[in-house]
Amino acid sequence: MVAHWFAGEDADFRLLGTRCSACAAVFFPREDTFCRNPGCAGGELVEAPLSRRGRVWSYTDGRYRPPSPYVSDPELPWEPYTLIAVELAAERMVVLGQGVPGLSVADLEVGMEVEVVPGVLNEDDETTWTTWHWRPVGVGA
Amino acid sequence: MSGEVAVLGAGMHPWGKWGRSFVEYGTVAARAALADAGVDWRDVDSIVGADTVRGGYPGYVAGATFAKALGWQGARVASVYAACASGAQAINTARAQILSGLADVILVVGADAAPKGFFKPAGGERADDPDWLRFRVLGATNPAYFGLYARRRMAVHGDTLEDFALVKVKNAALGALNPNARYRKEVTAEEVAASAVVADPLRLLDICATSDGAAALVLSSMEFARRHGATDPVRVRAVSTVTPTYPRTVLDLPDVATDSAAVVEPSEETYRASIARAAYEEAGVGPEDISVAEVYDLSTSLELQWYEDLGLCGEGEGAKLLREGATSPGGRTPVNTSGGLASFGEAVPAQAIAQVCELTWQLRGTAGARQVEGARVGISANQGLFGHGSSVIAVR
Repeated sequence: MVAHWFAGEDADFRLLGTRCSACAAVFFPREDTFCRNPGCAGGELVEAPLSRRGRVWSYTDGRYRPPSPYVSDPELPWEPYTLIAVELAAERMVVLGQGVPGLSVADLEVGMEVEVVPGVLNEDDETTWTTWHWRPVGVGA
Repeated sequence: MSGEVAVLGAGMHPWGKWGRSFVEYGTVAARAALADAGVDWRDVDSIVGADTVRGGYPGYVAGATFAKALGWQGARVASVYAACASGAQAINTARAQILSGLADVILVVGADAAPKGFFKPAGGERADDPDWLRFRVLGATNPAYFGLYARRRMAVHGDTLEDFALVKVKNAALGALNPNARYRKEVTAEEVAASAVVADPLRLLDICATSDGAAALVLSSMEFARRHGATDPVRVRAVSTVTPTYPRTVLDLPDVATDSAAVVEPSEETYRASIARAAYEEAGVGPEDISVAEVYDLSTSLELQWYEDLGLCGEGEGAKLLREGATSPGGRTPVNTSGGLASFGEAVPAQAIAQVCELTWQLRGTAGARQVEGARVGISANQGLFGHGSSVIAVR
């Protein structure tokens, strides 16, 4: 869907942001054109993997099917998914993502530790669109 | 004060799902505002429209569309788009023209015919658009963000579902008194609790609907108002349209992530609070002066957040303020006397103008059963997608 937002397998899976080589500001989703720190004259933006783990800032779910361009099969009953906003301590930022399949809001708490894992957004006969998911730490894959 | 402009007229098309064009709604609201002002359309120097992307037009249109519908008469024209803040920017554009002497009397119009259900981005594969991305990659609807804020308030401030429901109960009772509101029926806390969960912890009755609707204002210089016989008009004293300050640390629509605060220390003030502060500073008033407030209650819990951002109470005290009745009719600072979005629904380019219509009627003392006794200073607050601030302070 979008190139170079994440990379790696299993325990090496990481979200990829960028870092300004002049002021060290971090951006996710990656900012490849301009450093958005207003106090920075602008430096080269280099790829920077984000922390794997963070703490839940907040969470919710989607009980109704989201509209297009979200892809879902209207023939199948709607299965709600969780959305988790996660605070990354080192980057001092909050990153939103879907929770792993099967997770419900009853499994979540603000402040809980979660880690980023690879996931599947949707697939058709030719293509599998991959994404990132947040998974509570200590919960099996 | 020399920086003031007069509100000579206010008008609306009733909100709802009427199945007609935004042009029709806007023209009805415009004619109502002109009639209220006692100003002939042919005498209007300038028209400013808050844009819609809908109504069968392929682009962002408004100002000239309404001018054509009212009858071309050669007025100066402007059209502005700032998502939910479009109406405030239209008011601000008109104000700037008046204060700079470019125009004496101006018609401001916002109207929309909103689709049913979730708002969604325009079609196509548009991975350079953050609004498209949040739907495609996350399925994150607007209510999903409202759910995140609501859950965060519960965790940090101890707000409860009952607190959120009370906001709906209050606003629905006020909307029942407003002939322009879409929903004119009282709602009980039990009905909120019994409605379906949309985005945990928020339910259908915690979240505002999409609607058709229109609102219009006639603004003029104070000199024109005097000549026109309006010796003590409601005046717009401030319009805040500020952007956020980097790093923005509260996750907001339509973003996938916040800015990082690793390098630049964030302001202690949230973006929404900065919108209100800019308006207060420009108007030379403070939260203690406010008689009535119209805030953007996209969800019930968001209204509680605005209480804090407007400085009506301290951080985390929004639910307490509500429970005490301070923001209800008869309280210290009644909020959303119009019934709010809870009763109107969302018609994006019209909403910020509709807020000022309500302030105008309140400050004139003509709000009928919704009237706040002795209202002298009103504030509206709203926030437009992609970092558009919106707050208007009107005085009498």
